[in-house]
Amino acid sequence: MKLLIKGGQVVDTVGLRLIRQDVLIEDGLVAALGNLDGEDAEVLAAEGLLVAPGLIDLHTHLREPGYEAKETIFTGARAAVRGGFTCVQAMPNTRPVTDSGAVAAFVRRRAMEAGWAEVLPAGAITVGQEGRELAPLGELKEAGVLAVSDDGHGVVSAGLMLNAMRYARMCGLMVISHCEDATLSAGGAMNEGYTATRLGLKGMPALAEEVMVARDILLAGETLCRLHIAHISTAGSVRAVREAKARGVPVTAEATPHHFTLTEEACEGYDTDTKVNPPLRGARDVAAVLAGLADGTVDAVATDHAPHTRAEKEVEFDLAPFGICGLETAVPLVFTELVHKGVVSAARAVALLSREPARILGLPAGVITLGAPADLTLIDPGLERTVDPASFESKGRNTPFSGRRLTGWPVAVVKGGRVLMRDGKLTAGAN
Amino acid sequence: MLGKDLLGLEYMSRETIEKILDTAGPMREIMHRSIKKVPALRGRTVVTLFYEASTRTRVSFELAAKYLSCDTIGIASAASSVAKGESLKDTARTLAAMQPDIIVLRHPLAGAAALLAREVGAHVVNAGDGAHEHPTQALLDLFTVREKKGRIEGLKVAIVGDIAHSRVARSGIWGFSRLGARVFLAGPATLMPEAVEKTGAVVASLEEALQDADVVMMLRLQTERQKSGLLPSLNEYAVLFGLNRDRLGLARPDALVMHPGPMNRGVEITPEVADGPRSVIVEQVENGVAVRMAVLYLIAGGGSRHETLD
Repeated sequence: MKLLIKGGQVVDTVGLRLIRQDVLIEDGLVAALGNLDGEDAEVLAAEGLLVAPGLIDLHTHLREPGYEAKETIFTGARAAVRGGFTCVQAMPNTRPVTDSGAVAAFVRRRAMEAGWAEVLPAGAITVGQEGRELAPLGELKEAGVLAVSDDGHGVVSAGLMLNAMRYARMCGLMVISHCEDATLSAGGAMNEGYTATRLGLKGMPALAEEVMVARDILLAGETLCRLHIAHISTAGSVRAVREAKARGVPVTAEATPHHFTLTEEACEGYDTDTKVNPPLRGARDVAAVLAGLADGTVDAVATDHAPHTRAEKEVEFDLAPFGICGLETAVPLVFTELVHKGVVSAARAVALLSREPARILGLPAGVITLGAPADLTLIDPGLERTVDPASFESKGRNTPFSGRRLTGWPVAVVKGGRVLMRDGKLTAGAN
Repeated sequence: MLGKDLLGLEYMSRETIEKILDTAGPMREIMHRSIKKVPALRGRTVVTLFYEASTRTRVSFELAAKYLSCDTIGIASAASSVAKGESLKDTARTLAAMQPDIIVLRHPLAGAAALLAREVGAHVVNAGDGAHEHPTQALLDLFTVREKKGRIEGLKVAIVGDIAHSRVARSGIWGFSRLGARVFLAGPATLMPEAVEKTGAVVASLEEALQDADVVMMLRLQTERQKSGLLPSLNEYAVLFGLNRDRLGLARPDALVMHPGPMNRGVEITPEVADGPRSVIVEQVENGVAVRMAVLYLIAGGGSRHETLD
């Protein structure tokens, strides 16, 4: 079975160029690149489209096991494909927590059964993500986990985090840090600042993130453990990462589309779909995150896809859970806010969503090369559409971008040579 | 003039505020008649929905409604039921189905009144939502000051205490500023909200705030603040920020002393000052009823339930 992707601009995520090339896929692998005739191949017309490596999301919450009303691995993996992602990392704050090889294996098996996007389980740093005892990192590594994180909480104890980094490095695991000192942010519902003051909501200061970014950078410098800063959101954090990289500390960082697009002012009116952790920050922070993306301080874009049920969000702001559904709006937000506004080139934008996350996780992916698995995402950079949560494949509808006109949408996804999405719609099935 | 709901003073125009204050005067006269009832809102129903213990605000609203011939129903819900049981949205839908004209809501969480207002066709009057706003308190404070001083414009108003957790302070800042007063804020650094100076209010030391003030508004200190590590002790608070006779001497000789109540005598204010000649604390309570009559009348008066007076 052959598939020819014809007429598109192939994104070179290493050289950061767009190359007019056709892509021939045979037996699930990239078989040829160039000006090709595929007489006997099925043709996927790609005129005017970017042909990108399959996109990779470092940071999603697929909620299974334990919170299937919010999302399942099946619906999450479908949402991923619809958003242009062929691979996502699922955070371990499920019920039970992914703090054992068994839960990690369960996530992998469920993803396999679902088909659609590949799902990489991230393991917990501490048992139950309770911040007290180390999770069995060796067992998690054996079960195929690439990174560990207590995402959802910061690891409050510096001593425990130091041990976690030492042990993770020994196991060859990366540590992903949700940087939040709960003693500074407890009880908060949005960014500390003038908007919170006006709304009468308790603020979560930028400092709560920054003190832990600074601490974890020091610990990574000491242990030489690979450290990845999740959802970086403040100017101080971006500055700390930039300085750490200059000193050679093995640290990387990701930013979410909502943190580079929206400010705390979106919380006006107490719309709980704007309640997210870390919170939407001030204009100065958004500018710093954009600058970090532009100069490479921030390595990747990740969604922190965090679906919740309608009922959970339709409550008082203080009572609503944190989280924004991000998988199905990430690509158009990257193109609208980063590419079309000149922050990064289209090729760099694609790299932020593919090669960079692959590099961070140590995956041989995110580049289109001969012989590589044919995981490809076709993006129409000029396609203009309105965000319609009702059309989401995700069970979650909690997005502050509902009704927003965005330009640059994923239109087709090929994974292992099979077309999983065409014309913006999922195909009949992955399996 | 007043929209469907009264949620706060932040976005209320000077004209609207003045209209409410102008209406409150005649309303207070009604309170002093032997038959304290006018048929202005006969056949209208007011529900007071209180998720927080409050005596004075609830009684004030219910009396205001009764003096205007409204039918009133009071629903008190323990604060503990907020986090469990029926959601506010479901409660709102249930209440809305019973067709009340006005719902007065007191709630411990900011934004609750806005949430209710989105869900119901009835007029919603915010009687305090978390640390957000308490607009009728500020309106009664404005009414009291305007009556005593003849004006608001140009006055120096000191608001002292736990600004961070105070909805009275926020509504006061908006209301007094909009009518042309200069608002000074003083209190412990740990109880001063971030960037509050962007409201136009001046953050100052207690002495700077009190110096030549025309109005001194002391806020209630919640004793939990000490337990959460924001204050060393109530005694230290009383020493550093309590209003006593000496400190009041910094203010203008005719300065008004106000307090939204209930007072912690001996903490934020000495009994001597609270009961002294400059205190208008009791008048604030009376004016509260008049101002709430004005609000209910203006928000629901005149034509059908979805119309406003002006």
